[in-house]
Formats: sequence, C-alpha cells, structure tokens
Amino acid sequence: MEKPQFVYVVYIATTEEKLWNALIDPQMTSKYWQHENVSDWKPGSRWEHREANKERTLKLVGKVLESSPPRRLVWTWGNPADEGREEKQSRVTFDLEPVRGVVRLTVTHDLLEPGSAMLKGISEGWPKVLSSLKSLLESGQPLPKLW
Amino acid sequence: MNTDRVFKALANPTRRRLLDSLRARNGETLGGLCENLDMTRQAVAQHLRCLEDANLVATIWQGREKLHYLNPVPIHEIYDRWIAKYERQQLQALSDIKQLAEGD
Repeated sequence: MEKPQFVYVVYIATTEEKLWNALIDPQMTSKYWQHENVSDWKPGSRWEHREANKERTLKLVGKVLESSPPRRLVWTWGNPADEGREEKQSRVTFDLEPVRGVVRLTVTHDLLEPGSAMLKGISEGWPKVLSSLKSLLESGQPLPKLW
Repeated sequence: MNTDRVFKALANPTRRRLLDSLRARNGETLGGLCENLDMTRQAVAQHLRCLEDANLVATIWQGREKLHYLNPVPIHEIYDRWIAKYERQQLQALSDIKQLAEGD
C-alpha cells in the first residue's frame, strides 16, 4: 500500500455539521478558499473547483468517491486537462471527528505524482486553506487573500 | 489549538530538526527518523510526542507502522497572527538584504 504524501490536521471550534457545510457549499468555500467547490456531492458525481471571480475559471476537477455526512468525504483531484486519465488523478479525504468539544479535521492527500507541479502546489496550499477555514468558522473572518 | 504548546515544541533544536527531516521525507516511521539522530529511540519518541501534542506532527497508522507527517497548519496560524499583521513588506526587505549580504 502506497503511503499518503500529505496528512494535515486542524482543530476547529465548531460543529461537524457546520464544518461539513463549509467544505461543500460554494459560497462558503469562496470565502476562505477563494474558489468554489461545485458538486451535488453524490458518489460518482463530478466535482469542480472554480475560481471565485467573474470568469469562474475551472482550476481542478474530480469525482466524488464517498460522501458520508458529516464524517467522511472523499474526492479525486486533477487538472481539467487530465480529466478521464485515471493515472493522473490524486485523491483527497476529509475526516471529521468530534474531540473534547471541538472538531478535528484530518485532510489526507494521496496518489500524487512524485515530482509533479501539483504535488509542490499542494504542499503550500493546504496549510493556508485550513488556517483560513478555521479562522472563518471561529471568528467569522477568513484570512486575507491566500493566492 | 494551543499556541503555548506550539512555541514550546519549537523551542528545541532536536524537535526542529525532526520537523526538517519530515519536510524532506514526509510519512516517516520512528525507526526512519532515528537513523539521522544520535539519540536513543526512546528520546526521539518523546520529542515526537511533544510535536504531536502541539499538532505540529500528524500521525496515521498503516498496518503496523505509525507514520509521521509534518503538519504546518499551527505554524501558519502563528505566521498569520504574529507576522502577517505586522509590517510584512518591511520584514521581507530586511530578510532579502540579509540573504544578499550573507550570500545565501
């Protein structure tokens, strides 16, 4: 079994339901991620990651693999140009777990191509996105422009 | 979650070295991390526990192996709280000058 390339953990003072909603609601994701996550979130459905601006440029695309609200969400992750090429798809897993009155969110990213630009971008991206998500849910304010 | 724990965990050269090792090779086992350190396995395990308590290291089990991952999210929070809000541009200029002067 290949080991995941990245595992991130963040503790957020919120409820599992609010955190779940913050992952799947395009209006919420555009606040802290500056991108919209668009899908109907049914297993097998397409997931789109679009820039939250006028052009709404499609930046990433994938497929929902598992959706078990409010505990576990899994989707594939790839460049739009690589859609349909299984070997080019990486995978991201969100696990939500209540601990001592807060929620622990674990983000696991695996199946990334070694040495790829995607792998490099991801190692810089997730800590920013997760800090901003935490800030939005706890204080109502996301972090200033991330990208 | 607890800023004091993060600063305390970072205030030790071995623990900072462990974070650097994970930056280079993420998802290491305790055994793998011990290879580069002249230290008992027990001592390394204790440092790792401290890093895990501060949420600077995230762990998962894969079969019988416990894998350690660099979790920079708390460092990003500190950055946002203690650096970004202050004079980021001026600090960047100073850091550039230092790098140039030191030929880094």
